[in-house]
Amino acid sequence: MALAKITEITGRGVAVPGNDIDTDRIIPARYLKCITFDGLGEGLFYDMRKNADGTDKPHPLNDPRFKGASILLSGANFGCGSSREHAPQAIQKYGFRAIVAESYAEIFFGNCTTLGMPCLSASRDDLTRLSAAIERDPGLAITVDVAAQEIRWAGQTAKASIREAAREALIHGRWDPIGELLEGLPAARELATGLPYMSA
Amino acid sequence: MPKSLFDKVWSAHAVRRLADGQTQLLIGTHLIHEVTSPQAFGMLRDLGLKVAMPNRTFATVDHIVPTDQFSEPFADPLADAMIKELRRNCAEFGITFFDRATGKQGIVHIVGPEQGITQPGTTIACGDSHTSTHGAFGAIAFGIGTTQIRDVLATQTMALGRLKVRRINVTGRLRPGVYAKDVILHIIRTLGVNGGTGYAYEYGGEVFDRFTMEERMTVCNMSIEGGARAGYVNPDETTFAYLQGRPYAPKGAAWDAAVARWRATASDPDCAYDDVVAIAAADIAPTVTWGINPGQGVAITENIPHPAQARTADEKASIEEALAYMKLVPGAPIKGTRIDVAFLGSCTNGRLSDFQEVARYLKGRRVAAGVKAIAVPGSQGVGLICASLGIDRVFRDAGFEWREAGCSMCLAMNPDKLVGEQLCASSSNRNFKGRQGSPTGRTILMSPLMVAAAAVTGAVADAREVFGI
Repeated sequence: MALAKITEITGRGVAVPGNDIDTDRIIPARYLKCITFDGLGEGLFYDMRKNADGTDKPHPLNDPRFKGASILLSGANFGCGSSREHAPQAIQKYGFRAIVAESYAEIFFGNCTTLGMPCLSASRDDLTRLSAAIERDPGLAITVDVAAQEIRWAGQTAKASIREAAREALIHGRWDPIGELLEGLPAARELATGLPYMSA
Repeated sequence: MPKSLFDKVWSAHAVRRLADGQTQLLIGTHLIHEVTSPQAFGMLRDLGLKVAMPNRTFATVDHIVPTDQFSEPFADPLADAMIKELRRNCAEFGITFFDRATGKQGIVHIVGPEQGITQPGTTIACGDSHTSTHGAFGAIAFGIGTTQIRDVLATQTMALGRLKVRRINVTGRLRPGVYAKDVILHIIRTLGVNGGTGYAYEYGGEVFDRFTMEERMTVCNMSIEGGARAGYVNPDETTFAYLQGRPYAPKGAAWDAAVARWRATASDPDCAYDDVVAIAAADIAPTVTWGINPGQGVAITENIPHPAQARTADEKASIEEALAYMKLVPGAPIKGTRIDVAFLGSCTNGRLSDFQEVARYLKGRRVAAGVKAIAVPGSQGVGLICASLGIDRVFRDAGFEWREAGCSMCLAMNPDKLVGEQLCASSSNRNFKGRQGSPTGRTILMSPLMVAAAAVTGAVADAREVFGI
């Protein structure tokens, strides 16, 4: 299972501003009624993007200038709430390949990493600067450099950070841990035999 | 060196260090439900993998089940496909499924403890963020994503970075009319919705020593709402008494050995914590939310915040956003806010003692005109005991609809949904925008008795006044 080494991602960006954007907002629960993750992209931010009659609300993802963006920008505590992997799946299936926000809720961050979608944290000031640059020029090429932990655009550079274990896993192509976990299965079985509640 | 429960359980379950520095952690008990597991089984099939230890995974169905009438096929074809898929997966991979016909079906976080599957000193994972509930027994319990469910199915392990531990002491005595729900809403309000990032919360102090298991579960349940990946209470006599005699609890000599082990799992008295927080029980009032995250709460006697009081621009923006969505008047009392729906249930407050406590006060009262009130037991077991004690009758007589077990209106993946801008007094755990099924629906979180007070008065009320406490 050779996985891609995710060292840097370059693409256009779109900002969905706000703090504490929760997983119910990212993908409303009614879109969780499925037995595969296919087609989840359509439900991304649905109630933020659409009126009850299905017409568009003003929302960055409805703005034709930002169509095709692959880097999602947001605020603090992004992805809080539910552990539903449907949230990062919807973001990825919509076409995003990386997220840059002030901070993330923990389960969401882990779910994204396991899908090979890096979540970098940047300062409020840098995010504001980058969002303004995108607003001026939606076609702006942005590079999310996971290895160097920085964001670059139009000759500018901003520091960014990502938890070391996630950075390691992404840049070395180990973000899906299943291969490594399977290697450890015999040791896990051995450990389990020593735990009465597991061997009873 | 003295150790915390977290450290002891982590060490006992650490298989090895992975290349990225995380730990391969043995997951002793895996719980699954119909929403987050089907894709994981799909991944297993794609990879040609088997379930490594099928006797350590337990399934139930909760999120999508209709609660007004459980009859299959479900009217919703998507929901029907999901229950069938779970049945197929459990049958194919040899997993115990607490299906409806077993009489043991219910919300996964109610079923685990009820069956005695949730035990001290264990690691538990489930594809649901409220898995932290099981920490009430002194287990380390994690909510996980679907790819991790695949990992646990295939290897009974997952990759995880070690958490820090914050001890939260709630000292003194709670005032009458103040419940476990108020304690956790107060903690989240105090420490923030992301205050727990990177931490497991260890709850302790006199209040937790006195708490029943069900009260401990209510608090641990909402740890994730404070950003903590896990939350737990050290096991004690209360824990052991709850577990003794339950179907999956050890029996005979094995019971005595288990209790001795469990006792030794508790945090050592002088162990070091990464952080310690003290909260005085006397400072906690019946608490209700006014906003769109569980940290936006006030005491029932307080007013709705005004953006002008905000200390930062961020706080001002968040108050404005919340009040615009909730359609509440800044600076006005929260008490007296008209409600449309009262919901009593969920993995936070859908246990026997929740209904028992409300029934004590509800007898002889009526749900206010125009309010739709529903009571949803968290499991078939809870429903059955309530029926045997006549509790369902008290609710019905008061004008509540008494329902069948399920997640119901907590997240509305079933027919129980708010309509339009309805405002719901809810004993559930999340007041996010659109959470209860209507994109413009509004939620005010509170304790079960406060839900009852709102139901009978038609407005957010102080249960202590309504019921003379």
